[in-house]
Amino acid sequence: MCLAIPTQIKSISKNHNAVVELGGVQREISLIMTPEAKVGDYVLIHTGYAINLMSDEEAQASLDAFAEIALIQGESIAAF
Amino acid sequence: MKYIDEFRNPQLATRLVAQIRREATRPVRLMEFCGGHTHAIFRFGLRQLLAGKVVLSSGPGCPVCVTAAADLDHAIALAGVPGVLLTTFGDMLRVPGSRGTLQDARAQGADVRLVYSPLDALKIARQHPQREVVFLGVGFETTAPGIAATLVQAQQESLTNFSVLSLHKLTPPAMRAILDAGEVALDGIIGPGHVSVITGSQAWQFLPRDYAIPCAVAGFEPLDLLSAISALVQASVTQTPTVTNSYGRSVRPAGNLVAQQLLERVFDVVPATWRGFGEIPASGLQLRAAFAAHDAALRFPLALTPVAEPPGCRCGEILRGVIQPPACGLFGRGCTPRHPIGPCMVSAEGACAAYFKYGIGVELKT
Repeated sequence: MCLAIPTQIKSISKNHNAVVELGGVQREISLIMTPEAKVGDYVLIHTGYAINLMSDEEAQASLDAFAEIALIQGESIAAF
Repeated sequence: MKYIDEFRNPQLATRLVAQIRREATRPVRLMEFCGGHTHAIFRFGLRQLLAGKVVLSSGPGCPVCVTAAADLDHAIALAGVPGVLLTTFGDMLRVPGSRGTLQDARAQGADVRLVYSPLDALKIARQHPQREVVFLGVGFETTAPGIAATLVQAQQESLTNFSVLSLHKLTPPAMRAILDAGEVALDGIIGPGHVSVITGSQAWQFLPRDYAIPCAVAGFEPLDLLSAISALVQASVTQTPTVTNSYGRSVRPAGNLVAQQLLERVFDVVPATWRGFGEIPASGLQLRAAFAAHDAALRFPLALTPVAEPPGCRCGEILRGVIQPPACGLFGRGCTPRHPIGPCMVSAEGACAAYFKYGIGVELKT
C-alpha cells in the first residue's frame, strides 16, 4: 500500500499535473503536494500523487557514508 | 533506476553486514513497523545475513491487514447498495470480511472497480453522474493526503455523487499500543519510510523520549535497511536512544507540510478499531463536517454488527509482533495466498504472505 517509486518528471501541464513514465507507460500524476517540483526532478509517486522531491544531495551523502564505512574496514570500493 | 540501483550495491551491503555483526555484541531485537520492509528484508535475504545477531519481527504496518473485519463488512455492504459503484485499490479485493470478500460481492453482481489512484475514482464519478461512486479509503499517512486532495477537488467541482468511506489510520498510535501492551521486548524500531515522507522523521521522537527505544527511518533497498539496522544496533548497544533518518533522500525531519495541511483540512483525528488491537485512541481519520456531503459512512448509514475473526486465524497476534506467521496453525495449511483465511496472507504487505512467498516456515507444514 505504501509503495512509492522515484520517477522523473517529463513535463508539467496546468493544474499542478505532470507526465511521468512508470514502467514504460506514460501517466499523468498530480504535483499538488510538491509545488516546487520542476521538469527533470525526481519525485516519489504514490497512488497518482508526487509525495516528495528526491534529494540528490542526501542520496550522495548516504552513499558517501557507506563508502566511508567500507574504507574504515580497510577496503576501498570503487563502485561509483 | 536512479535512487534505487545505487542502494543495492552488494559490496557495500557486505561491508555493512560485517559492521553490524561486529557491533552487535548481544542479540538485538528489532521490529520493522512497515509490511513493505518485511517483504524487502526477505527479498534481499537480510534475516539470514544477520542471523544470531539481529532478530527482526514484523509489525502492524499493513493497512489492509489492520482493517477490522466489521469495516470490511461495511465496505462489502456498501457495494451492495443499489446505484453504488465501489472503487478500491486492488489489494482490498480479496480480503475476507465475515461474509466473503469484495471479489465475492462483485461475482454476485456488485459494481466494484479497481483503481490505481483516487483521482481515477473521481474520473469515474464525472463519467457516471447518475451513479453513486464510493471510494474505499484505506491506508496510512502515506495514502491519506492523496485522498484528502481528491476530496478537496470533488468539493471544488461539486461532484455530489462522489464519497469516501474513510478507514484511514495513523501509525504512531499503533506503535505506542504495541509498546504499552508490553507483549514484545524490543531494542529498536525500523521506522516506516513512506509514512515518514509525510509525517517527517520527527514524528517518531516519542520513541526515545517516552520509551527509551531508538528508531531509524529506513528506505526499501538493502543499503537503506542495513544502515538503519546498523544505527539501531549502535544506539541499542551504547544505550543512546535517538531517532535516525536513514532515508535522507526521501524523508525530511518535518515531513511534507503541504500533505500535512491537506490532512488537517479534510480529516478529524478519531479513535479507530484495528484488527488485532481493538480500539486505539486518536488513530483514525474521519471526514470533517465540512466534507460530510462526501462521507460515505453518513450518506449510506448501514447497521453494523461486530464480527469475530476467522476461527484459528492469528493475524492479530502477528500484527502485534507477538508471534511470527509459522506459529499459526493455519499458516501454509488451510491458509495460503491462493486460499487466504486472514488478511495477513492476502495483502502484498502482509507478514504471512511474505513468509509464504519466501518459503520461511512453509517446509514445516507440508
